[in-house]
Amino acid sequence: MSATPAPPAPKPGLPLWLLLELTYRCPLHCVFCYNPTEFARTGAELATADWIRVLREARALGSVQLGLSGGEPLVREDLEILVAEAHSLGYYINLITSGVGMTEARIAALKVAGLDHIQLSFQDSTRVMNDFLSSTRTFELKEKVAALIRSHGYPMVLNVVLHRLNIDHVGEILDMAERMGAEYVELANTQYYGWAWLNRAQLMPSRAQLERAEEVTQRFRERVGNRMKIYFVVPDYFETRPKPCMNGLGSVFLALAPDGTAMPCHAARMLPGLTLPNVREQSVREIWYDSPAFNRFRGEAWMKEPCRSCPERSKDFGGCRCQAYLLTGDPDNADPVCDLSPHHHLVTEAVARAERAAAAADGTTAAPLVFRDHRVSIPVVVATESAARG
Amino acid sequence: MSELSDATRPAVRRGLKLQWEEAQNAYVLLYPEGQLVLNQSAAEILKRCDGVRTVAEIVADIEGTYSLSGISPDVTAFVRMALEQRWLEERA
Repeated sequence: MSATPAPPAPKPGLPLWLLLELTYRCPLHCVFCYNPTEFARTGAELATADWIRVLREARALGSVQLGLSGGEPLVREDLEILVAEAHSLGYYINLITSGVGMTEARIAALKVAGLDHIQLSFQDSTRVMNDFLSSTRTFELKEKVAALIRSHGYPMVLNVVLHRLNIDHVGEILDMAERMGAEYVELANTQYYGWAWLNRAQLMPSRAQLERAEEVTQRFRERVGNRMKIYFVVPDYFETRPKPCMNGLGSVFLALAPDGTAMPCHAARMLPGLTLPNVREQSVREIWYDSPAFNRFRGEAWMKEPCRSCPERSKDFGGCRCQAYLLTGDPDNADPVCDLSPHHHLVTEAVARAERAAAAADGTTAAPLVFRDHRVSIPVVVATESAARG
Repeated sequence: MSELSDATRPAVRRGLKLQWEEAQNAYVLLYPEGQLVLNQSAAEILKRCDGVRTVAEIVADIEGTYSLSGISPDVTAFVRMALEQRWLEERA
């Protein structure tokens, strides 16, 4: 332990970015969903009036970037009401949707209500993989929604989650995006939280797969030029420095779960010893500035070595607290993605296991994929060091 | 994208939003999951990019408002950069 006392935490910044997970209900069952695997046990969704109060309180604190997510936010019948309220308050409003449930009537109403932006995610799962690869049902749905998005004057923005089972088809995915008239495509490799954590062994690509996908993406970029902007998000397990997760917890980001639970990161529900406040019981101001949960990881006092004395600590804030917890069992540890972490081998071993699994290439996996489902409620299993090595 | 000229009519790109933020005491350009906090020069230019005014008209307006002259190269360079960054688009 270092004898040097950490400097006091500076005054918190503004909660500029508000993410409302309006519902965990979703017609899909994606194996890579980051929603908590225990979501079937969470409380009732907030009512319209509660969400409106939250929007007003957060805006008064300076929130301006609003994400509406889920689950599938289109299953909320009051979505247009919430968008209209948010627009009148001056938020920039981004709807994050699978497109399932989007109709001409709804998109027209959302446009009138003042929705600024739509991010269409590709609801890939192995159940629809064949559909997708043969460009049948899935493509028809996406094409229909993409046409609605374009015809209402929104830029066509597509998000596709990549994993071992689809990453080899990144060329077809980009071709599909081009046919849909996409202006922006985010190829986001799976982040291993929630359902994706349960399925990590089956979803992690090999390094060779990743490099091939990046090559294909680069060739595609050269062909289409400025018409389509493509972001390729490398999975952090393949990096040697951690991501500056949420710019540090409690610094700019405030997420609310469907039941009103306030979180400094949308995965933070898993963190041990964190009593998450709820907007049913406290104001957004009290939650942001005064709650122990939002102050817990502010500043640097919580850090352990090697982060505590690391010159890069103000750049990456020690990485992701949830990943530190999931992999090492202690949320105060350095994110093991960092090769300065004494636990970095947990990451490299997981990658090595993915290499072996991909090399086996006989379609067998150690365990079946677990599809996101309301009927199952699965407590998060934190890998202890020995278990992770097993 | 055609060559940028004085006759180009730039506009804040569809899907982005420019507004004054009291809490930040600044104009910000908002895009999904992020924002650019604008300095005064950038804000004065972007505020006038409405898809109606040409670059030449934007230059004249700023010069008139602030009693400046000779800012055309700076404004043009900024607009070119903002088009490349996809903050702005050209309107027909």
